[in-house]
Amino acid sequence: MDNKTLYSYTALFRTPDEIIHAAEAVQEKGYVKYDVNTPYPVHGMDKAMKLKPSRLPFVSMFFGFSGTFFSLFMMYWMASIDYPVIVGGKPFFSFPAYVPIMFELTVLSAAVMTVIVMLAVFFKLPNLRHPFHDTDYMKAVSSDQYGISIEAEDEKFNEEEIKALFEELGAHKIEPIYFDDEEYTFKQTVFEPKFISLLVIVGLLVSGTTYFSLNKLMNMIPFNWMRFQSKVITQEESTFFSDGFGMRMPVKGTVAREHIPYLYADKPEEAAVNLVNPLPVTKANLELGHTKFNIFCSPCHGYFGEGDSRLRGQFPNPPSLHSEKVRNWKDGRIYHVLMEGQNSMPSYASQLNYNERWAVILYIRVLQRSLNAKETDL
Amino acid sequence: MSVVDYTQELSVVEGKPPLRSIDELISRPLNTKPTKAYYIALTVTLSMLGIGVIGLLLSFYYGTGMWGNNNPVGWGFPIVNFVFWVGIGHAGTLISAILFLLRQKWRNGIARFAEGMTIFAVMTAGIFPAIHVGRPWLAGYLFPYPNQHSLWPNFNSPLLWDVFAVSTYFIVSFVFWYVGLIPDFAVLRDRATTKIKKTIYSVTSLGWRNSNRHWQHYEMVYLVLAGFATPLVLSVHTIVSFDFAVAVLPGWHSTIFPPYFVAGAVFSGFAMVQNVLIIIRKIFKYEHIITIDTLEKMNKIMMLTGMLVGYAYAMEFFIAWYSGNPIEQFTFVNRAFGPYAWAYWIMVSCNVLMPQLFWFRKIRRTIPVMFVIAVFVNVGMWFERFVITVTSLANDFLPSSWAYYKPTLVDGAILLGSFGFFFTWVLLFSKTLPVVSIAEIKSVIDGSQPSHGEH
Repeated sequence: MDNKTLYSYTALFRTPDEIIHAAEAVQEKGYVKYDVNTPYPVHGMDKAMKLKPSRLPFVSMFFGFSGTFFSLFMMYWMASIDYPVIVGGKPFFSFPAYVPIMFELTVLSAAVMTVIVMLAVFFKLPNLRHPFHDTDYMKAVSSDQYGISIEAEDEKFNEEEIKALFEELGAHKIEPIYFDDEEYTFKQTVFEPKFISLLVIVGLLVSGTTYFSLNKLMNMIPFNWMRFQSKVITQEESTFFSDGFGMRMPVKGTVAREHIPYLYADKPEEAAVNLVNPLPVTKANLELGHTKFNIFCSPCHGYFGEGDSRLRGQFPNPPSLHSEKVRNWKDGRIYHVLMEGQNSMPSYASQLNYNERWAVILYIRVLQRSLNAKETDL
Repeated sequence: MSVVDYTQELSVVEGKPPLRSIDELISRPLNTKPTKAYYIALTVTLSMLGIGVIGLLLSFYYGTGMWGNNNPVGWGFPIVNFVFWVGIGHAGTLISAILFLLRQKWRNGIARFAEGMTIFAVMTAGIFPAIHVGRPWLAGYLFPYPNQHSLWPNFNSPLLWDVFAVSTYFIVSFVFWYVGLIPDFAVLRDRATTKIKKTIYSVTSLGWRNSNRHWQHYEMVYLVLAGFATPLVLSVHTIVSFDFAVAVLPGWHSTIFPPYFVAGAVFSGFAMVQNVLIIIRKIFKYEHIITIDTLEKMNKIMMLTGMLVGYAYAMEFFIAWYSGNPIEQFTFVNRAFGPYAWAYWIMVSCNVLMPQLFWFRKIRRTIPVMFVIAVFVNVGMWFERFVITVTSLANDFLPSSWAYYKPTLVDGAILLGSFGFFFTWVLLFSKTLPVVSIAEIKSVIDGSQPSHGEH
């Protein structure tokens, strides 16, 4: 008992009047490190102990304004700088609309931070190792008695004097409070089996939950992002239609927009007779033909239609476009070749549209005429 | 002296119970085994909750088509219930914060329970906007966090303001509640007889030592929190009313909405708190702490807010006529005499006519009668939200799109479930935490303050 460290001397009183009187007396004697413990805040005690007004409202003010300006800046940055989106024709920075959220975050920040600062900074809580805990003194003051305690660390601390003072004040119980040595010398070690097993369990739980939710839960109804729906999906099998296809063929006779059906498939002679080049020979049309010829025809036919492919034998060279045969073909006959292809030449119907095909034919005529000019051309 | 001396404040705690008896009385429900009645009550609320859970699972599996929400009435039950439950929460903050600022000592007996009900009501309310979007597990997108779409929420929308208002309200109410609980946990810690209880209360009390150097800051923080909670509680239902008032729908687009909603919220909240407290004070024998005077004062507040709400109903009609806007006029005539007239008249009779009975002192102080009146008030306030939400949507500008809203069984199951959820929490709370603030009650018992002090 004697080798214990003394924390403080305490006295218990039964009425609020007595404790106010005691606090005043202790304060008057010049003690500094003393405290009053009461089951509820006793009016007038702050004055008796000569406590300065709490500075916590400044903490609230600081964090309140922080919340205001943080939220204003946050909304400004998000809505005006990082990803500006026009909403209802309003400016990006719509201050009136931000006021409610600014207010809410002011209150949130101030309220939460004031409490945290009070508990952690002002009170230094949680503190379960304080010598008062588990003493009869604490049990009395948390219920129905009023206690005062003078700490051993106080400069004027003197056991006999304090005992005498407390007795004079009419305390019905005076007792010393000691540090609990066991609690104060106890050291927590990291490699304690309990702690390690806790870590392992937490780790397993976290990783298991993460695995389950990311790999399993996300594929379960209704968490699967509507991935499986009772609707027909392109290129998927369908049990709805008798042929088992999800995609349907167009109704017979359907014509796509801007599609002009080609009436002379496998009928080159009819095409030669019936098709007439609708384009007039203008500079614009010739230039269109020039461009398209260079893009689509020249790789095999050569820039001048002489059959001098640039493909270095990777594809059979076509015959020259300057042959007697081609020169005597009608425009419609050449058009048929563009549409249907010929020998190893495929169809170019999908690369060139209607006007472009005829423009290319005009350009081929230009090329032919440049090598076989009539006398009148000179 | 036949004249009442108004300079002398009446004691809010009857008799002069010794302080230790307060500890015993308030911690008794925590230290005794629950009675049979408690288990029966818990079974009832859990069954209601179970029915609600079934309704929710059906809604999640098959989609929100299980509800009565149709094309013009896209809001339906979920939003009606949301506004109703947020409103219930308001009484708690009013009692704990506004009445604290007004130095109403009678609040000390009921504040803790009312704050608890605030928290549970906001939790219940929070369910509804989340389920109304159909996929509540994606609700995280409501908050501005750097997500994979690099998109931010729309800060110009009242619905987003709601997210901030309701979540702030929940957090601040919870903090306020916990701060109030710390000294009580210390009392329970010092009374604990088993090791497990002692450990739990030691942790939750954070090692509170009843030190006056702490009480001084503690009281200041309590004052600051009350000062913040007061505008907060007004802002929350104001913002809820913005959900309606900012829209251009006739019957919604009106500046009376914020005060009207706040008054309605306090009205329904007090009715709910009064109902629950009447049962609690009887079962736990707190009649001398939650006195008949306290209940009478609550009834007076109900009468006041009931008349405020009645005034708002009348003023809406007046403005509809006075503005000369034919669409607005149609909406209100349609409310009172249209397809939803039945709901409108339930609302008026429960909210405006029933509380008028509180003019009689005898009725204000007769427990069974006031209990029934408060139940009617709650029914009426639920119907108020129904009338506002549904009638305006069902019959708006374009008659060709009108449709009659009919809730389904699933809607009803979820509503029932919300009551089950709320009352399950209330029951658990009443058996696990001190439902009356021990420290606050001790401080207002006669003789607990020094006689020569300034007060």
